[in-house]
Amino acid sequence: MIRIKHISFSYGQREILKDISFDVQPGECVGVLGNNGAGKSTLITCLNKIRTPKTGAVYFGNQDILKMGRLETARHISYVAQKNEISQMTVFDTVLLGRKPYIKWAVSQEDIDLCDKVIRQVGLAEYKLRYINELSGGELQKVMLARAFVQEPKLLLLDEPTSNLDPKNQYEMLAMVQHMVRQRHISALIVIHDLSLALRYCNKFLFIREGEVFRYGDASVITKEIISAVYGIDSTVAEIDGRKIVVIG
Amino acid sequence: MSSDYNRYVRRKSLVLFALATVVLVMAVISLSAGSSGLSLSEIIEAVLGRGTVQSKTIVWNVRMPRIGAGAAVGAALAMTGCIMQNVLRNPLASSSTLGVSQGAAFGAAFAIVYLGAGIQVNAAGAAGITVTNPYTVTICAFLGGIATTAVILGLYRISSITPSAMILAGVAISSLFTGATSLIQYFADDVMVSTVVYWTFGSLGRAGWREIALISGLSLLAFLYFIFNRWNYNALESGGHTAKSLGVPVDTLILISMIVCSLIAAVSVAFVGCINFIGLIAPHIVRRFVGNDYRFLIPCSALMGAVLMLAADVVSRMLIAPVVLPIGALTSFLGAPLFLYIIMKKGNIK
Repeated sequence: MIRIKHISFSYGQREILKDISFDVQPGECVGVLGNNGAGKSTLITCLNKIRTPKTGAVYFGNQDILKMGRLETARHISYVAQKNEISQMTVFDTVLLGRKPYIKWAVSQEDIDLCDKVIRQVGLAEYKLRYINELSGGELQKVMLARAFVQEPKLLLLDEPTSNLDPKNQYEMLAMVQHMVRQRHISALIVIHDLSLALRYCNKFLFIREGEVFRYGDASVITKEIISAVYGIDSTVAEIDGRKIVVIG
Repeated sequence: MSSDYNRYVRRKSLVLFALATVVLVMAVISLSAGSSGLSLSEIIEAVLGRGTVQSKTIVWNVRMPRIGAGAAVGAALAMTGCIMQNVLRNPLASSSTLGVSQGAAFGAAFAIVYLGAGIQVNAAGAAGITVTNPYTVTICAFLGGIATTAVILGLYRISSITPSAMILAGVAISSLFTGATSLIQYFADDVMVSTVVYWTFGSLGRAGWREIALISGLSLLAFLYFIFNRWNYNALESGGHTAKSLGVPVDTLILISMIVCSLIAAVSVAFVGCINFIGLIAPHIVRRFVGNDYRFLIPCSALMGAVLMLAADVVSRMLIAPVVLPIGALTSFLGAPLFLYIIMKKGNIK
């Protein structure tokens, strides 16, 4: 189990995150929800030390990740950024970066074989020696996901992985995440805006409002009242073919 | 499956070996190019220490130091450009476009004029000036270079400056240091003015074995540091946040890399004058063959820098022989159009 305890973060005097605590079980996908500027991206970047929180701890068992070294942290948590810089690197070399926390000097055959396997799993085998600046948005996001998978994390952090993707790629992307989380018995925190998509692929939901945890729980926390309180909008929460969806307006 | 990748990596290794071969070929061409009329067999004899006194003097005291200086400075400047382009996330970055070279040139000119670190040997001759105290010149050049680096890093970190604004800042800093160098010349006596002016032309002829050893030694140390961090540079290609999530100490890496780049750029400028654009274009040329994989990009850039410098030196000596043209002017003629081409091609640099 991963226990996030009392995380606070400030930009100067401005408090962005206020005493955030919650637990995540292995095999769980947590949808991190809330308005723009609520502190969702800041929260996930505090968990893997991209930003340094003012207070708090992130426990993997009894170990506090915030007290570990950089490489040790990278062996526990992988991260896919909201915006990726696109460079003239091949798909394979980009995915291979996920092995960086493990590579001592040279790349081992095991590293290469693992990258090969994951590239095939995300369906990019035929593109593996292509430069990533030649790929579409959906393909690029799969490359970043593959890089995060080969890092062999216990916790996967995804910051709006489906933004700028068409519906097909959104579903494919989240289905891959869900499959990997279940298969490897790891956890994922996914910052996401589409509530119906979150309901379909996540099994826990963390509502952040003004830097605080507003609600945390299973699909039962997604109600018309809570959506109104968090986003300030009207919505209808309905079920179609046994699947819960949210219609805005 | 993975054999494809291994083959691909072998192909990049081949590029590296091919470039190393080209460096050797260019060195041989450079060795045999000149106005003294030595034949290839005489040159080989001299290299083996068996020729006449005259041929041995020409080969070992004139041409070999030129080749050594050209290869070392070209490699150093190209590595500088390669690393600056990575850590500043800017394809137009290099020691000359950011003003680091101009800052170093000011420091070196200051040392030559006011600290007596250089003397004029023969204004009309090939040597022009000799640096009598290489350490003072190096330290002053480094201080000038590092002052520019501090400004660039400050703008990068505090103001989140965009790549194009960074180059504009480099233009401003270059103007500042060029103005300051002009002031030094204005207040110097006639001999010193001609000394500094001649020095700013840039020449491989003025570096002796002692200077070459210093440039090569520092460049080798820099190369080892860069190669040690090759995976970190690869990770930085995906952006600062992603690099941090992969365990890269991003802030420390940027700071130390820029200091190391400033040091080797400053040392190069201190001994051979301002050589523009090699640092900018060499990495861009080899990127076409090895991409942004810094395992190969760093050594390939260094070798390409050496090739370009040796080629520019041969052209500078042969174009209107026996007159030796300033190599700095030639590299600018070569580099400026490519700089414009990069701006045109990457029109979306913001």
